[in-house]
Amino acid sequence: MINDIYREKEISGCGLSAYMDESGRRTSGDDIIQSIALLHDRSNGLGGGFAAYGIYPEFPDSYAFHLFYDDGASQVTCEELIHASFHIRESGPIATRKAFGIGPSPIIWRYFVDPKEEILERAGLSADDFVVREVMKINKTIEGAFVFSSGKNMGAFKAVGFPEDVGDFYRLDEYRAYMWVAHGRFPTNTPGWWGGAHPFTILDWAIVHNGEISSYGINKRYVEMFGYHCTMMTDTEVMAYLFDLLLRKHGLPIETACAILAPPFWDLIAHMPEEEKNYYTTLRMVYGSAMANGPFAIVLGSRDMMVALNDRVKLRPLVAARKGSIVYVSSEESGIREICPRPDTVWMPRTGEPVIARLQQEAAS
Amino acid sequence: MKRVYAKEEVCAGCRLCEIWCVVAHSKTKDIIKAFNEEFPRPLPRVQVEEFGSFSFALQCRHCNEPPCIEACMTGAMHREAPDGPVLHDADKCVGCWMCIMVCPYGAIARDETLKKIASKCDLCYGEEEPACVAHCPNEALVFEDRGE
Amino acid sequence: MRFSYLEPEFLVERNLERCIRCQVCVRQCAFEAHRYDAASDVVTVDSSRCVGCLRCVTMCPTDALIVRQNPTTFKENANWTGRVIKNIYKQAETGGVLLTGMGNDRPYPIYWDHMVLNASQVTNPSIDPLREPMELKTYLGRKPERLDVSVKDGKISLNTKLAPQLELRMPVVFSALSYGAISFNASKALASAAYEFGTYYNTGEGGLHRDLYRYGERTIVQCASGRFGVHKDYLQAAAAIEIKIGQGAKPGIGGHLPGEKVSREVSRTRMIPEGSDALSPAPHHDIYSIEDLRQLIYALKEATRYEKPVSVKIAAVHNSAAIASGMVRAGADIIALDGIRGGTGAAPTTIRDNVGIPIELAIASVDQRLREEGIRHQASILAAGGFRSSSDVIKAIALGADAVYIGTSALVAMGCHLCQICYTGKCNWGIATQDPYLEKRLNPEIAKERLMNLLRAWEHEIKEMLGGMGINAIESLRGNRLHLRGVGLTDSELEILGILPAGR
Repeated sequence: MINDIYREKEISGCGLSAYMDESGRRTSGDDIIQSIALLHDRSNGLGGGFAAYGIYPEFPDSYAFHLFYDDGASQVTCEELIHASFHIRESGPIATRKAFGIGPSPIIWRYFVDPKEEILERAGLSADDFVVREVMKINKTIEGAFVFSSGKNMGAFKAVGFPEDVGDFYRLDEYRAYMWVAHGRFPTNTPGWWGGAHPFTILDWAIVHNGEISSYGINKRYVEMFGYHCTMMTDTEVMAYLFDLLLRKHGLPIETACAILAPPFWDLIAHMPEEEKNYYTTLRMVYGSAMANGPFAIVLGSRDMMVALNDRVKLRPLVAARKGSIVYVSSEESGIREICPRPDTVWMPRTGEPVIARLQQEAAS
Repeated sequence: MKRVYAKEEVCAGCRLCEIWCVVAHSKTKDIIKAFNEEFPRPLPRVQVEEFGSFSFALQCRHCNEPPCIEACMTGAMHREAPDGPVLHDADKCVGCWMCIMVCPYGAIARDETLKKIASKCDLCYGEEEPACVAHCPNEALVFEDRGE
Repeated sequence: MRFSYLEPEFLVERNLERCIRCQVCVRQCAFEAHRYDAASDVVTVDSSRCVGCLRCVTMCPTDALIVRQNPTTFKENANWTGRVIKNIYKQAETGGVLLTGMGNDRPYPIYWDHMVLNASQVTNPSIDPLREPMELKTYLGRKPERLDVSVKDGKISLNTKLAPQLELRMPVVFSALSYGAISFNASKALASAAYEFGTYYNTGEGGLHRDLYRYGERTIVQCASGRFGVHKDYLQAAAAIEIKIGQGAKPGIGGHLPGEKVSREVSRTRMIPEGSDALSPAPHHDIYSIEDLRQLIYALKEATRYEKPVSVKIAAVHNSAAIASGMVRAGADIIALDGIRGGTGAAPTTIRDNVGIPIELAIASVDQRLREEGIRHQASILAAGGFRSSSDVIKAIALGADAVYIGTSALVAMGCHLCQICYTGKCNWGIATQDPYLEKRLNPEIAKERLMNLLRAWEHEIKEMLGGMGINAIESLRGNRLHLRGVGLTDSELEILGILPAGR
């Protein structure tokens, strides 16, 4: 739980890099670490993190919870709650190795869980909604415990340190995933908290973000109306909730969600054909509080999709590339070329125009 | 030609047009000196006509065929340009006041102090805009060409 | 009473060296304070008649006049101030209720002056409104919680149809100023300015004069407790209908138009006898509870075929949040909140100065309560009550208002000098009068231009401040309290406003 509601808002300067193999073929974390290492100067060593998809083929349908515990007491308290609401298929520490630049760590634990049927029925919620509720409960009410990943067959790995060192620490070379997302932070206030690094996740969504959302104050109050609790005072957290709300709960297509976060200007809308004009006007009227204002480049990962998006006036860098079935995005072209020297195409996405990679099928291994 | 037209629906009856007309035709062009020190004080060439709550400023219409020029026996009433204002030459005027009698609008005033010379609007000839138009606080006077 | 104990409130002083005896002051004062003595060729003044409207000062071509508060004082007394003593004298002399005009002038805290705004630097670039788009467009009305969208062959189409909305060029609307309280010229100026600029104006309780129907698509008509001027064409002509339950200047009582101001035209428009006092009842006599309000809202929606948003206006009082929640659930598309600084043409002074709460606190609590109940999207919040500048407007938006109503600012833009004698009908500026001689002084063309200038100026200032915060669309500031900080506020005030203290 994070207390202190007056905690200063975290601001994200930084670098990001991500790729997805649309064919579902899985690779180790070596490439992504190499890519994000090249973007070293975009971070200041106060936070780095990864998200990986397809890494738990042995428990594909259970929720993989990754937690930080300050101490054993928090772990005991938290496990009571988890036991009460979930069947725990497996539980154990997340394997790490001593890495340069990574200081003392909290207890890092992983559980594979399934919600208990009778609890679900009593709550009258879907499994996903239930997990969101329980994760919010842990993060808000249990002191010293923090869930930083809660999706199926995916996981986030983050710490205080440069991202390449974080990747080394978590032994990401030993995992195999069809999508890797990486991020290094340059925060402007006091560091020290592992949970503050990116990516921020909820269920299968993982977001990394370079930028500062000036509309954060209203985005936060908007998602709170739907039961989300912003506990981390980071812009990234609210973006993840916005995507969960728009895509999962409201069932909107990804293109619509991106148009809500980075809508076209009224001047442009005025010149569109009638149906399009009506569509964008209605989106802005109804979802005005979900618009993300201020510079951002974000990468959203989910089980079957990787989406990269810029703000309305492209105030942060974002480059995309494709080679065969692999789609790359990064803060810099060099980050892509470091691991893919000769892509088929390279482009700079336009403002508000998402880069979308979709999973065609999952590979067997 | 451009003439001064009144919009009576917004005339506040303040008579500032009359005051600034006096200043514009004074020697010093300074409002306090014109009123407190100059003698004889110049007459305003515009007059605010009032009836109940209805009012508007009236000045010479600079008619296309002015009866005052016809009636003037010395040629003091004259036009410099065919589409210009009707002007009054004070040196030639002998104060017969025939112009006052024939003016269909009553737009010429008698100068009682000197008895001799009438006072009449000259559209502030030579200035960009007549003083009455420039100083009306409610834009109740406009200076425009209505093709008449 | 033959002999009054009241000293003149103002002293009018004339600089004799500058006075040219033009008598403009004599002609322009509706209270006949100035008088020309032909025999001595001087203009004299009876200061007891002066109401401090500054008409003579402004019109004097030589700036020979000064009007100031009468410096005569009672013995110093922090409790029995001159003001309260004089009020008692007035009541002892007349036995009447003290009447006044315009808004609360007492020194209650002005929270706008205790809130400061953010600017983006280093970590987030500020945006230059002269070089980049800066969007202030605002839509008022009921919005759905979500949209129903379908995808076919890669093409996305929208299935949801929205409830009717008002489209504003910027989040400022002209507040309810009734024809009767203000002159026809003033109403026309407001209507034409709103129409040309791209916002709306509100007819107030006065009904809609037939010559103003052509601005109907930019008009919000009011249905107040007296139902003045309410008939079928009135409702059809408008863009939106507002049920006036109360107003900030006099919560709990109805509107008041003294008989002197009910001219023939006013009587025709309001559908009441000429010269009679127009006293609106305190409640709507068909709204004694929240369900009755629902009935009226839907009656109006039925009568206008659900084509126009229905707004409900209340004064900001202690339970505003709960009342607003009820109003939203009763079907209101817009909640109009009028704070304690709201103006009026006539109100009892004690009620104007003592009843109601500041709009800043009302906006914050209503916005927060509606969000807590998950119904914030169902109605837009239109806040009123003493918005004096573009910074007040932007702070209101940051607190959670969708848009802001301006009344006093609009009148001041047209020339009002806040002398507070509107109820006499003798407004020297032609604004709050039905006397044709006085009304002419307000040129509707000039007044319209002044109103539009005010809106343009505020629009530009708001854009500059928004850009400074790193925002290029007003939606991203609306309810975004993190861009506000409090200065010199108590903990509970900070909590109610939902803002952090400066420095955190």
